[in-house]
Amino acid sequence: MVGFVIVSHSAKLAEGVADLARMMARSVPIAAAGGLEDGSFGTSFEKISSAIDQVYSEDGVILLMDMGSAVMTAEMVIESMEGRKLVMADCPIAEGAVTGTVGAEAGMSLEDILEDLAQVGAQKKL
Amino acid sequence: MNTDKLIAVIHKIAAKIEEEKAFLTELDNVIGDGDHGINLARGFAEVEKKLDGMAGKEPGDVLKTVGMTLVSTVGGASGPLYGTGFMKLGGALKGRAEITVPGFLAGLQQAIEGIMQRGRSTKGEKTMLDAMIPAKEAMEAKWAETSDARAAFAAGVAAAWEGVEFTKTIAATKGRASYLGERSIGHQDPGATSFTMVLEIVANEV
Repeated sequence: MVGFVIVSHSAKLAEGVADLARMMARSVPIAAAGGLEDGSFGTSFEKISSAIDQVYSEDGVILLMDMGSAVMTAEMVIESMEGRKLVMADCPIAEGAVTGTVGAEAGMSLEDILEDLAQVGAQKKL
Repeated sequence: MNTDKLIAVIHKIAAKIEEEKAFLTELDNVIGDGDHGINLARGFAEVEKKLDGMAGKEPGDVLKTVGMTLVSTVGGASGPLYGTGFMKLGGALKGRAEITVPGFLAGLQQAIEGIMQRGRSTKGEKTMLDAMIPAKEAMEAKWAETSDARAAFAAGVAAAWEGVEFTKTIAATKGRASYLGERSIGHQDPGATSFTMVLEIVANEV
């Protein structure tokens, strides 16, 4: 099953998004990588790396990021893990986590989930 | 510049960043998330711990280690950006025992391209690139004209400070300041400022 890593500047936001996704997709491997080691705001190369290790399988892992350094640090972690099936999704982080994990739980492939996630930002709420 | 000299210069850069930590963070408080100085200082403090063990290495390898350390310890956008910059500069100097002006300029070009790619950014978006690109161009021109390293670095620093001034006149379209849009006009970019400070330290040591 495809796994997920939530990368945010905020530990609480990353944990919260992961919890939100678990409400609907209980069996999907999802790990939060939010904030720095000391709990302050920021993105940690180490935390992202170990979150990927926690949820990794051959089916791959999708990373969802908030912004700025979350995107750039996630990208550098992926580059440092050459040979693994890791991709970043370009979508809103909360809605993307729900859409993605529900898809994963239904057995969708990483490629198909990514296609769905590309549409998440375009969906209007009102 | 050989490895011993390079290590001494990196210590001076770390000291400068520590000294300017509050100022850089204040600049970032106004238009960003207020962590630039604190983050960079944390990264360079970790870099300093590694420098003693780097004495016998090539300059390029020292710079790569600086870059990798910044990536893993800074925690904000300056980590991947400065980290990529130092890693690209180091990679361009591979196999050389000395850093020459042409070698540095070729490496700086690689660093600029790496940062553009990493930040998906270009000149004129109120970022460090607005100091880096004019600095590199001015250094190349002065070096071609005079073959004088000090004159070339002085021209680079002057152009970088002009770049910092230029960032006051434009709205941010990249980075956290882009959320402020037009309201970011009038404020200088923290990343362009810190880059210029770093270049100034190097210029003093040439």
